[in-house]
Amino acid sequence: MSDIHAYQTTTGAGHEPGFGDYVQLLKPRVMSLVVFTALVGLLVAPVALHPVEAFAAILFIALGAGASGALNMWWDADIDAVMRRTARRPVPAGRVAAGEALAVGLALSGISVVMLWLATNWAAAALLAFTIFFYAVIYSIWLKRSTPQNIVIGGAAGAFPPMIGWAAATGSVSVEALLMFSLIFMWTPPHFWALALFMKEDYHKAGVPMLTVTHGRKVTRAHILAYTLLLVPVAVGAALTSIGGPLTLAVAVVLNLWFVVGALRIRRRDEAMAEADGYAVEKAFFRFSLMYLFLHFAAFLVEAALKPYGLGGW
Amino acid sequence: MAIRATHELHRRRFSRNLGLGLTLAAFVALVFALTVVKIRRGEPMQAFDHVVRPEMVPSQTTPREAGQ
Repeated sequence: MSDIHAYQTTTGAGHEPGFGDYVQLLKPRVMSLVVFTALVGLLVAPVALHPVEAFAAILFIALGAGASGALNMWWDADIDAVMRRTARRPVPAGRVAAGEALAVGLALSGISVVMLWLATNWAAAALLAFTIFFYAVIYSIWLKRSTPQNIVIGGAAGAFPPMIGWAAATGSVSVEALLMFSLIFMWTPPHFWALALFMKEDYHKAGVPMLTVTHGRKVTRAHILAYTLLLVPVAVGAALTSIGGPLTLAVAVVLNLWFVVGALRIRRRDEAMAEADGYAVEKAFFRFSLMYLFLHFAAFLVEAALKPYGLGGW
Repeated sequence: MAIRATHELHRRRFSRNLGLGLTLAAFVALVFALTVVKIRRGEPMQAFDHVVRPEMVPSQTTPREAGQ
């Protein structure tokens, strides 16, 4: 037996993590959404940052989001191991020890907040620190396992990045930043509840009190419609502010009409109909919800890009 | 059994070391670039250290500077 084999058998280090395993801890797919929305928040702000500062700001916001992802994986390893969608994450799969995930999360939280402060300003850094705290402690540790409103309140964590991007550029928070926050905040419940409708077994097995588990699927369908209707004034309102313009308004009207129609179709269906077509409407609504958010923020970006040519904005 | 020159464990360890090394190098480069940007813009380079420095005192013209 070689010394390496002896080491593996005595320490259980056969799954010594590679660099990619640590990258997976940071939830790179969630990070891509954070990078995009934070970048939009930063670029549509009325104050321009130096490109190096802007790059650093986005990098450290993304790193902060990754840190909160690692903390979430540390705390939720037991739930993740049960759910098919998350069972292959580094901690439940045994590739990274839970304690290591905690250490990575805490270290990156500190680095990202301090570096964002040094690169931009304290307001952006404070918002990032609060976001990490909100996602790791308020959502993951407290709400996720205790209330079916977990997604509603926890959605705030995902909604902060554009506000942090705006704060990084301007040093403050304005109505435009609040509306970008509200857009993601109100969008999160219908997005995740649509997912919960067709991933029902996962949440049920893990004992996560999703609305589908605690109040039933009929109530969840009604809630999707209610939140979709509440989302409309936020999305249209954002298009009427200084970050919007005719193009954004047109995009907002079309997207929200489509979204409301989708939510109405979900509301009208029952489980028998959904089972019959393999949750086709719910899956289509979920896919469209991703496009909905992307197109809204892309419209803000296009509007800002057109302004120097006298085309965008009001 | 003879010790093999490279093992799966070595490969993973190398990937971790290389990744961390490149990350640290990129971090150093970024901090340097940020420093250059901020200093070129003339931002304050010295924080308040509880000692009054000449440049903190409102401008006072001495009799000699006033042309006497």
